Amino acid sequence: MNLRNLTLALLGAAIGVTGFLTPTPAAAQEQFFPMLVYRTGPYAPSGIPVANGFRDYYTMINKRDGGINGVTITFEECETQYNTKIGVECYEKLKKGATLFNPFSTGITYQLIPKATVDEVPILSMGYGRTAAADGRYFPWVFNFPTTYWSQASAFIKYVGQEEGGIGNLKGLKIAHVYHNSAYGKEANPTLKVLAEKYGYELTLLAVDHPGQEQKATWLQIRRLKPDWVFMSGWGVMNSVAIKEAAIIKYPMDHFVGNWWSGSDADVIPAGKGAVGYKSATFHSPESNFGVHADILKYVYGGDMAKAKENSFGEVLYNRTIVNAMFGVEAVRTAQGKFGNRTMTGKEVRWGLENLDITEARLAELGMKDFTRPVKVSCIDHETGGPIRIQQWDGSKWSFASDWISPIREVVRPMVEKAAKAYAMENNITPQSC
Amino acid sequence: MFYREAGQFKTSYAADQSVFPINFDRWFIAAALVVAFVVIPLTASEYWLQAVLIPILVFTMAALGLNLLVGYTGQLSLGTGGFMAVGAFMTYKITTAFPELNIILVFFASGLCAGGVGLIFGIPSLRIKGFYLAVSTLAAQFFLVWIFNKIEWFYNYNPSGSISAPPREMFGVMITGPTAVAEARYIVALVLVLVFAIVAKNLVRGSIGRSWMAVRDMDIAAEIIGIQPFKAKLVAFAVSSFYCGMAGAMMVFLWLGSAETEAFSITESFNVLFMIIIGGLGSIMGSFFGAAFIVGLPILLSNVPQSLGLAMAIDTQKHIEVMVFGSLIIFFLIVEPHGLARLWQITKEKLRLWPFPY
Repeated sequence: MNLRNLTLALLGAAIGVTGFLTPTPAAAQEQFFPMLVYRTGPYAPSGIPVANGFRDYYTMINKRDGGINGVTITFEECETQYNTKIGVECYEKLKKGATLFNPFSTGITYQLIPKATVDEVPILSMGYGRTAAADGRYFPWVFNFPTTYWSQASAFIKYVGQEEGGIGNLKGLKIAHVYHNSAYGKEANPTLKVLAEKYGYELTLLAVDHPGQEQKATWLQIRRLKPDWVFMSGWGVMNSVAIKEAAIIKYPMDHFVGNWWSGSDADVIPAGKGAVGYKSATFHSPESNFGVHADILKYVYGGDMAKAKENSFGEVLYNRTIVNAMFGVEAVRTAQGKFGNRTMTGKEVRWGLENLDITEARLAELGMKDFTRPVKVSCIDHETGGPIRIQQWDGSKWSFASDWISPIREVVRPMVEKAAKAYAMENNITPQSC
Repeated sequence: MFYREAGQFKTSYAADQSVFPINFDRWFIAAALVVAFVVIPLTASEYWLQAVLIPILVFTMAALGLNLLVGYTGQLSLGTGGFMAVGAFMTYKITTAFPELNIILVFFASGLCAGGVGLIFGIPSLRIKGFYLAVSTLAAQFFLVWIFNKIEWFYNYNPSGSISAPPREMFGVMITGPTAVAEARYIVALVLVLVFAIVAKNLVRGSIGRSWMAVRDMDIAAEIIGIQPFKAKLVAFAVSSFYCGMAGAMMVFLWLGSAETEAFSITESFNVLFMIIIGGLGSIMGSFFGAAFIVGLPILLSNVPQSLGLAMAIDTQKHIEVMVFGSLIIFFLIVEPHGLARLWQITKEKLRLWPFPY
């Protein structure tokens, strides 16, 4: 090693350092939507349709309507690889002038909740994140409508009751929960436990460690245990592995129900024929023949269906992101209704989220009639306890296998309030009045 | 020309034994401290503090600990993540049980817990060596993470199993929790790292450090000259785990704000091991360099395309970043297998002769 090489190395490092700039904040009359995405790593199968969905919806709004009431949407992606530490770095990078954050990771949401409250940036963790945040008094900056993990778990139990011919028949049934061993996967456990006591089914909790490529032991246990129903909270590669393993042990697929993060196309396709009959929860339609889809196809892809399909158009997670992006855009629109048609700050967007009221008529205007359900958020209730629906995979596409099922709110809501209060106690949070 | 020791006479044993014997080194360190304590908090943006500098300090602490064990005592360990988890979860338990207790004291207490745990997991090192020991420390990694996932008491029975840093203040300034400003957390982390770097430096210069190095270089010879490998190895495990535990506590309380066990996965153990390999085994300075390299470089790389104005798909960008990072590691290991600390030393030696090398 001579001095010349060393100087070159140092020079290289220096270029790296000096070339480093902070990102540019949103300029006037632009609404900046930061995007935490994961297009690489073990969670990429779930992350890619999500990232594409946001991008396409924002692009479509810009091209079709010229932005939100004339305010152009800008967005920037930051790759997190679903890693909470990189997620925090991305948040710090993009938080300036941010409209709201959609972390699309329960782990990252947990990290961001305390920070976002201080930075006054709203978080819309749609159907994920900390369930206790549904209590808006303690979590004014966090929104998790249309429904949460706990509501979902209770609706799943209700669904099992329906299938078994009455909620009373739950007694003595064996239900297993296969979950990602993380804050996300554990979310449904407390609800399932409480309901197990209430309805008398026997609950077995089976954790699968990150990232979930190895599940032989878990499914061996299921084979031995022979549960009547299996509920799964998985994500990324864990889902397809679980479905494959279930097929190998010949578990009846129509008694295997994933939560809404375990029911996308990328989860079932790798299992081939074995996945036929697999079910999962959802809160929007798996179809892609709605007005909003036609608009995206027209304005983003110029009618090129093949190219759109390449970009995950119409997949389950893509559709879910369309709903998520719509909520964000409509929150800005609601805020503009009060504060004027200009760039909204985080504080104003928070008001918009809290007063969001998406009616059946509004959904029709948005080209989303029957695509998802109306939502009305309030100060106290950031969840709205929306219903879920079970969808089933027939080997080539998803279709609904049940009607809308409302969660067991009288069980879930008191649990939410209790958890929110405990969190507030630990972190010295004074509740806002509603 | 400037960097030389000619004419600097030592007139006392204390002066002769000082950590930085050359005046120029002392000025340099003093200047670096001024930059670290005054210039950076005044000028750095929140992004820099929160996303770059605080993580570097946290991992420096962990790298210091692991370097004492691997670099100085020669006991290969892959349990770093597990020991960090002990520090983090114990800090959370103690501070939620005794909210009035000063958080720095809580850090020390949980560091001691981690040290105790390290002591237990160090026992196999008396019988097994090298790669076999590495495998047995893997057990610590998986067992500890598993236990913090499994036993709900460790996270106060909250439904998600994640711990969060409650607000705690010192001298009237918030240093943990969401309202603590990045500057305050940075200063606390910096003070902790510096204090423990000095402690580590003096440990390795003293009789304990010498016994560690004797055991590392040849344990039979060490035993013959009267060093007890039993004591030396166990002390090394305990001290190393103390540092790692402190790093874990700092990670959750000064940097992330909340964490679940996934934050202490095997990946972190490997990362810290890479830090000391890249930085320099058996070097205190190397721990700083290694942490800065492994933590800081990917972040800088991820910002390069944007700052150069290159429009690039985010996934391509990530892939290029990983490739560049990997080749840089290989590059540095080829030009200097003894790590960045050795490069630093070579630079200093060259500087002594500059500009008239012979």
